[in-house]
Amino acid sequence: MHIPDTQSASSYFSYPSFAFAAPAEMRGEQPRHPVIIAGGGPSGLILALELARLGVHSVVLEADQTVSEGSRAACVSRRSMEILQLNGVANQFLAQALPWTHGTSYYRSAPIYRLAMPHSADERFHPMANLQQNMFEALLLERTKAYAQLIEIRWQSKAVGVSQDTDSVQVTVDTPQGEYTLDGDYVIAADGARSSLRTAMGLRLAGESFEGRYLIADIKMASPYPTERRAWFDPPTNPGNTVLMHKMACDIWRIDYQLDDDADEVAELEQERVKRRIAQHLDWIGETTPWQLDWIRLYKAHCLCLDDYKQGRVFFIGDAAHLVPIFGVRGMNSSIADANNLGWKLAAVLKGQAPAQLLDSYSPERRAATFDIFDNARKSTIFMTPPSAGYRLLRDAALQLAIDHQWAKPFINPRQSAPYDYADSSLITPDQGTWQAGPRPGAPMSCVRLADGRYLTDLHNGAFMLLHVGPLDDPQLQLALKNHQLTSLLIAPAEAAVLRQYDAQAGDAYLIRPDGHVAARFRRLTVPPLLAALSRALGKTANPTL
Amino acid sequence: MALSTDDNEYLFDALAQAIDRVGPLQAPLLLSKLVLLLANRIGERGAIDQALSQAQMHLDTPR
Repeated sequence: MHIPDTQSASSYFSYPSFAFAAPAEMRGEQPRHPVIIAGGGPSGLILALELARLGVHSVVLEADQTVSEGSRAACVSRRSMEILQLNGVANQFLAQALPWTHGTSYYRSAPIYRLAMPHSADERFHPMANLQQNMFEALLLERTKAYAQLIEIRWQSKAVGVSQDTDSVQVTVDTPQGEYTLDGDYVIAADGARSSLRTAMGLRLAGESFEGRYLIADIKMASPYPTERRAWFDPPTNPGNTVLMHKMACDIWRIDYQLDDDADEVAELEQERVKRRIAQHLDWIGETTPWQLDWIRLYKAHCLCLDDYKQGRVFFIGDAAHLVPIFGVRGMNSSIADANNLGWKLAAVLKGQAPAQLLDSYSPERRAATFDIFDNARKSTIFMTPPSAGYRLLRDAALQLAIDHQWAKPFINPRQSAPYDYADSSLITPDQGTWQAGPRPGAPMSCVRLADGRYLTDLHNGAFMLLHVGPLDDPQLQLALKNHQLTSLLIAPAEAAVLRQYDAQAGDAYLIRPDGHVAARFRRLTVPPLLAALSRALGKTANPTL
Repeated sequence: MALSTDDNEYLFDALAQAIDRVGPLQAPLLLSKLVLLLANRIGERGAIDQALSQAQMHLDTPR
């Protein structure tokens, strides 16, 4: 029998409590659900929203009785904001979040690197925005209420087993009132780093774990210091180690400090010790604002993932599929991208718009993104927490040289999360002509401010969309769009910024996938290449017809 | 000519791993030999003197 953990208290956040409600299956009914999502964290909830906006019903099984504790994954990238916008939660998020563009890294007390993430008037969102995960999950839950007929959340319900055949999948659910079985077409394991479904299926994450451990603390402190990333290497408050500080919503500050290699975790988690260490650091940086401790936890960096994110009718997303280091804020952002990638594919298959083979593209596309993350995150992690004497010596040399030498400063770059480009995916049609600018096939569409003040990404409706320069006069093209339920976004030739940034002229076009990535682009668009690209993007092998 | 960021990152890994392979007792000797080899590749005494001065800076940066 599954009894969820008791909920925690917070100085700024009222944790809601959601009761268990016996579902239809416990009354002897056995409905078939299109999608069962195990895990009601950010990736599970965003997937439920992605499916709901495309008209697909899902059941979300959440083991706990409330949202996640503390700030946890708290930095949301621009690309994730675009995904939140597609799902109708960007404005609610930004009403609470703190956007930011800059950061400073220090060696002892010397500033050695100024992080400046690209930002311009053409961008709808800042490169990063901070919001505690508990608040983020609460607003995602609020958003699910708009889809009361399409999203069913079952609290205190832990997915503990799964079995499948060629046509269906069954999930065993443990609850405070005992177990039941749930039937579905597809199951999504979004149940986090300690995924019960992953364990139940006998799957193991493979890769690399790092020795460096961090204590993560949320403190309440009404400091006026601006929102930016601050990192200290080898400060007197943590000799030989690193300290990170981020400002959050509701006057919460997130402080991550590295523990000594031989530190005792139980002793380090003692509140008085944590308070003493934080006080030392705040004193040293001259922070005099009164503060109080709100939440703490331990963290260790990993670069681990499954060999395949698709196991028959079971898909793994987020931390259930991959664990990535926090440095560069890629964990939750890659989980959001997983949900964004899988949602439209599941919807297209379930609605009969695409063959089931389309789902085979999920794992290759997202595993490639994971390995790109590993490549960057490994470098960041090794620099933040050197794994050996050799790396520590080189790290310290780079830090000292960065005081005076520009060429050494890139070593300190935290390599913040960047959107992945699916250029190598089987769904993407490579360029036929020559393009000097614009998002290449596989990349997410780039944002441009339009003449009327709106942004180009505001106009993406979350379906397949043809971005076309000038009117669509060709009756054959009009018929193709109608027959294939393709929406069009006509860009007026007077939109000089779009034409310049997309290297496009009248008659040129971009085919945008429902997740906002470019499937193909065309010079002087005609019907045959458009239908071929659309067919390819849907995982179809048959020749397309008008 | 300066190395690219990619080359610097490669060098960072290669040096760290070489130091770890020889161990802490042999690491100073390894690094000294490397400096002498590179100095003879550079072949310009003034440049080497300047780099030596720069390398000595900030060794005692206060915490």
